Amino acid sequence: MTKCTDSVVLNLWHPVGAIAEAIPGAVQETVLLEERLSFAVGGDGEPIVWRSRPDLRRADQVPAADRLPAKSAYGYVWTSLGSPPAELFPIPEYAEPDRRRLNAATFGVNVSAPRAIENFLDMGHFPYVHTDILGAEPHTEVKEYDVEISVDRDEILATRCRFFQPMASTASDGGADVDYVYRVPHPYCSVLYKSSPVDESRRDVIAIFLQPVDQEHVRAHMLLCVLDENSEDKVIKRFQQTIFGQDKPILENQVPKRLPLDPRAETPIRADKSAIAYRRWLSQKGVTYGVIPAAA
Amino acid sequence: MITLYDYELSGNCYKLRLLMSFLGIDHNTVPVDFYPGREHKSEWFLKLNPLGQLPVIDDDGLILRDAQAILVYLASKYDPPGTWYPRNNPALLGEISQWLAFADGITGTASAARLHDALFYDFDIDAARAGAHRLFRILDEHLWFGEQEGRQWICSAPQPTIADIACFPYIMLSEEGGISRQDYPAIRRWCDRVKRIKGFIVMSGVFPAGPARAAA
Ligand SMILES: N[C@@H](CCC(=O)N[C@@H](CS)C(=O)NCC(=O)O)C(=O)O
Ligand SMILES: [Fe+2]
Repeated sequence: MTKCTDSVVLNLWHPVGAIAEAIPGAVQETVLLEERLSFAVGGDGEPIVWRSRPDLRRADQVPAADRLPAKSAYGYVWTSLGSPPAELFPIPEYAEPDRRRLNAATFGVNVSAPRAIENFLDMGHFPYVHTDILGAEPHTEVKEYDVEISVDRDEILATRCRFFQPMASTASDGGADVDYVYRVPHPYCSVLYKSSPVDESRRDVIAIFLQPVDQEHVRAHMLLCVLDENSEDKVIKRFQQTIFGQDKPILENQVPKRLPLDPRAETPIRADKSAIAYRRWLSQKGVTYGVIPAAA
Repeated sequence: MITLYDYELSGNCYKLRLLMSFLGIDHNTVPVDFYPGREHKSEWFLKLNPLGQLPVIDDDGLILRDAQAILVYLASKYDPPGTWYPRNNPALLGEISQWLAFADGITGTASAARLHDALFYDFDIDAARAGAHRLFRILDEHLWFGEQEGRQWICSAPQPTIADIACFPYIMLSEEGGISRQDYPAIRRWCDRVKRIKGFIVMSGVFPAGPARAAA
């Protein structure tokens, strides 16, 4: 496979690792868009990222000119191989002081980033894949919901999604009808909002940030930003890891691994409105990495 | 009461959850943040198991480590008819021990490949996959010959034993380490039989048997 030549994707911010898991000063190696990168987080929390080179073993040895753009946001180190925008997409809830903010885990998955986003948006699989947690038979119907491509924010927004969930989160004490809102503010990142079992006026926030290792492999970083005063961190993480562990084989069995953007390539099943909008949005942006572009 | 020190995505922990479900044994769970927290290497956990490995159980003060050892203990103590671990059949016990050791070999290969791909462990991935294929080939042939003789399970017993439980999880999860089961039809049929044992439960990454998923 050739390295990435997709300028849209090269110019994005991409996550490479969780700040909470970084030992200050220690250099970590990773791969982004088929390039080997090194990064370190300083004692001040500021990340430094560079293209791996045998002569650069510590962050302080890296000349300013060799440093890649770097940013700390939502608990992760972000970087770019091109010229990224000044700001990353907003998640205002992240700043709310009473929320638990956790990196649930970073998992390697043998799938393209767009396939993983599409699965994240799909409620139809809940009863079958996350049985007795995020769904249960006979409550299998995906009810009508709204999808828009917000032009001013340049993101996809799916609203009025509802689903019956036996165990919506670690703070649940039984089944409930749960409201969802999904945002796709970045070709490889999505943020979902779901009714909080502890405060009916607010929503839990769960985001998936996909680091494209190559066109068919990602590192999936999961951010939890939830309302739960009682559960230990590891219990909240375990819940999300259980869910993701159920999705993983489904993702890895997708054929083809890259997401076909031609509207005729795969017959949309279920109420795949958000998937159709997502594919169209990727086409409009001219994304070619991790997808099979529609024939011109 | 039994306490299981557990990590949801661990196949070795799942072995014990499976046996306890088959036997209907109640237990408490203490979640261990294996990943990303590496809590199995924390000071408190190393006091329970100096090897720094999951699973561990505490049964009224008896602390045991190693999934296979714990299967032997639980089946000996909590399965009065002794079907999962037939205590008075020396030949069968020998066979079971042989396959329990084999199961640890599956952990050392197929599970290592999965840890490499999914959790970024620094292992020799080619060696792990090749090692797993070698073991899968041996087990597939063993199961295939067994089927010719009317044997359904790994050991020469008319019912499943703890050897089946010990081998099952990391075979089922092998694809997460890039190890296909395509070439092992007898293994696929055996996996389906395990899934149909009364009391079978799943873990993340393992799906129940169903008409649509029945092994070919
Ligand atoms: N022989 C042991 C192996 C257990 C094992 O490999 N456990 C893994 C988790 S599933 C572990 O804790 N690995 C950490 C390590 O080996 O350092 C058993 O069967 O229980
Ligand atoms: Fe899912």
